[in-house]
Order: sequence, then structure tokens, then C-alpha cells
Amino acid sequence: MVSELINANPVVYEKKERRVRSTPSCVDEYAVEPIDQLEIFDHLRDIKDPEHPYSLEELKVITEDAIEVDDSNSYVRVTFTPTVEHCSMATIIGLCLRVKLMRSLPSRYKVDIRIAPGSHATEAAVNKQLNDKERVAAALENPNLVDMVDECLAPSNGLAG
Amino acid sequence: MESHDGAWSLKEVQKLEGHTDRVWSVAWNPAAGVAGVPAMLASCSGDKTVRVWEQNPSSSSWFCKAVLDETHTRTVRSCAWSPSGKLLATGSFDATTAIWENVGGDFECVSTLEGHENEVKSVCWNASGSLLATCGRDRSVWIWEVLPGNEFECASVLQGHTQDVKMVQWHPTMDILFSCSYDNTIKIWAEDGDDDWHCVQTLSEANGGHTSTVWALSFNTAGDKMVTCSDDLTIKVWETDSAKMMSGDGYVPWSHVCTLSGYHDRTIFSVHWSREGIIASGAADDAIRFFVESKDGSVDGPSYKMILRNEKAHDMDVNSVRWSHGENRFLASASDDGTVKIWELVPVI
Repeated sequence: MVSELINANPVVYEKKERRVRSTPSCVDEYAVEPIDQLEIFDHLRDIKDPEHPYSLEELKVITEDAIEVDDSNSYVRVTFTPTVEHCSMATIIGLCLRVKLMRSLPSRYKVDIRIAPGSHATEAAVNKQLNDKERVAAALENPNLVDMVDECLAPSNGLAG
Repeated sequence: MESHDGAWSLKEVQKLEGHTDRVWSVAWNPAAGVAGVPAMLASCSGDKTVRVWEQNPSSSSWFCKAVLDETHTRTVRSCAWSPSGKLLATGSFDATTAIWENVGGDFECVSTLEGHENEVKSVCWNASGSLLATCGRDRSVWIWEVLPGNEFECASVLQGHTQDVKMVQWHPTMDILFSCSYDNTIKIWAEDGDDDWHCVQTLSEANGGHTSTVWALSFNTAGDKMVTCSDDLTIKVWETDSAKMMSGDGYVPWSHVCTLSGYHDRTIFSVHWSREGIIASGAADDAIRFFVESKDGSVDGPSYKMILRNEKAHDMDVNSVRWSHGENRFLASASDDGTVKIWELVPVI
């Protein structure tokens, strides 16, 4: 285990208030709602940072604006900003984002994950790994890695502080 | 190939279901589908198994003949039949390569090749079946000698790639090995007669090569042209001087001839060149595309045109496309959707 945290004093932001969607006046029970930016963000906002007891939203690692979604083409791109330029947890965070979306979105979806340009020392290398399907598949067969990811994806019990 | 100048259509012959995870590769048994022997196909999957499918000669429909399980402990990534069709090699993320023998319809694991430090990504037999090549994430390429009694001996461990090696392919007529990698290059390995293998050429961005991971490569029947595909969204065609190559006067280098771009907007995982000269590609956009050399007289050299595209060949990424060896135009495809599909490319009159 890492005894020294990479970023011991992260900046913690206020959580964005959760917007309640207004119910449309005319409800078509069979209509499938197109997946939008907010829905994707809702899947990702509570993912825990691998190192700190805060969510990716609280650390501004992901924001709603950094999500591009095109439901008619089944495409989503998530851009995330690691808290520090040399963050070695960047790959883990990227993997968490991928796994959460894989488990939450319909299988027709194509997902691209990338680090916000200019925010990481080895962003090209990390981006390449995160978007190599075979590498991701092999990584997810590593039980230690899967445990780490599942830890981050586990719902918070509300007692963190 | 100038058999048809008109339109083509891709007919779905059958969808083979059974795997419980994504299917990574398919391989047609080269000794089956001819002389009354029913056609046979192997597929391998993230479900850690290999399935062998056979075509019923009277009904023409395909059924699952065998499930090769309880051997690999992780994803099986690649499978390849020996030229005689008697052996099947399977490469796995568990870092081993298993060799299976077809014993009267039952498949037995007769050997397990160990050596790679981590995931094996590809396996390939040479034309005579005397050598087997494997490669993996440990950046190395291994050449194994096939000895009597299903014994395999490591002949060489080739270092040179700086990253994960995605695929190895032997040249169709000569014992020259080609490998392609996450390091964006294609390397060509030959032996100097003393069992000493080394890299004789590297095709990189500088030689007109790819700018991202090269996922697959395939040769035309004559062995003087090669097609490669990449995460850079292009397909590239390369060629060598066939006359010089035949004269056996030492190694003849390969050079880039053509880049096909603008046809795919997601990673192209597989390309395969048919006997007749039709290139099939399978990509992460769920599509299968077909290209042929265009005879429209380009002064600068050969060019290629797309003759057909099936945009929703599968419900998810297409990982592998393979033409059958026979006289027909049958194609098998493998997908993240867990299925294998058999297709027939048919000319439309």
C-alpha cells in the first residue's frame, strides 16, 4: 500500500446540487428517454477517488460539461482532470469511469475516456492505455485491480467525513 | 481478380451463439470444407473457452461440436489451426499457449507452452507447420519448433518491440515472421541460416507506417502484398518485389504503397485478404467492409476502393474477420456481442 499519498491535500469543491427532472405533462410510457449529459454525470459523480474519501465530483475530477454525449450515435466521451499533474492514479480513475459506464450504459454505446489536455505529464500514454480495449480487458482480469475499482465504485455509506 | 465489376451483397448465413463473453478470434480449419470433410471453425473468447463449430453436410447448418474448457484460466485471445488441420493452438491472457489435438472428434490438450511473462496475444503456424510463433504484452515474440510426439521447443525469443505485441503472422510461402504492435510498428524477422533469428526490417511512421497501435496484418495469396490495420483508423497496403523475393537472393524489403483512410471512424481490429484479392476489415464501429484493388489506372501506383460495407454486421465491436480457405466466398466474424457470424459475399447481377 502507498504510505505517502500522491496528493495529500486535494482541493475539495462543493457538490453541485442534484437537479430533479420535471415530469413532462404528457407521458408516453413506451418512449425511451435519450441518454443525456446529466444522466452520464449521474452515473459518474459519486465514484470515489482512489486515494481520498471524496467523490470525483467533489474533487472536480469530472464535471458535467466535460461529458460529450450523442445518444443517436450511441457515443460518449468523458474528459477527466486528475488532481495533480503527475497523478499515478490517473489510470485507475480512467478505468473506474470505463467500468461504471460499461455497467450502466446499453451495450450499443461506444465510450472514449481521456485526460483533459494539458493536465497530466503523460496524458498521451495514459489515454492510449485507457482506450485500448484489449489492455482494459486484461487489466480487469487482475483481481487486485478489480478490487480497487469496485472500492471506488461502491456506493458511499454516507458516513465518510 | 477481375471476376465482377458490379455490386456485391453480404448474406448472413448463420449466427453462432454459445460463448458467454466477447469472442476475440475465429479460425477456419484449412483441412476441412474440402473433399467431403465438413467445414470446421474454431472461436475463442473472454469466457476462457474455445468452441469448435462444424457444418452439417446435409443441412448445411453449423453446430457446436466441442467446447474446449477447463484449460485456460483467463481469456483465450487467439486460435490457429496447423496447416494439416490436426492441431489447434490457443493463446491466452493466462500467459500460456495450449496445443489441442483432434482425436476422432474429441479435442485433447496435448501440450502447454509456457514462457511469456504475461498475456499471450496471438499464435500462428508457418506454412509447413514446422514452426509456431506467439507474442504478447511482454513485448517479445517467441518461435517454437514443432517436434515429433507433440513436443515443442523454444527456438528463439525475439526482443525489439518496445510495447505490447498484438499479432504475429508468418509469410504464406517463406519462413519470415511479421509482428505488429502497440508501439505502432511492424517488425519483420528472418533467420540467417544458423537458427539465429533477428529483425531485418521495421515499418514505422517514418516509412509511411501507422501512427497508432497496429492490430493486424494479412498477406495476399502470392505473398508479395500485405495489408495492415490500426487504431489510427487507416488500413495500409505494402508490397515487396516478388521477382527478387523468388530468386532467393537474400532479404527483400517491404515498402508502403497505399493508405485507405476516411472509411472507418473507430479502431480497425482485423483485416484479412482473400484468395481472390478481396480485403475484409472488421472494426469497433460494428461494421465489416470490403476493399479491392482499383484498376482505374493510377499512375502513382495501385489504389484500392471499397466495394461493400455492412454497417451493423454485429451489435458490438467486430474483433476478427476471416475468409474461409475454400473456393467459396465465406467469411467468419467474431464480436464483443458474444457471437460468431458466417457470411457469404455474393455478386449481384
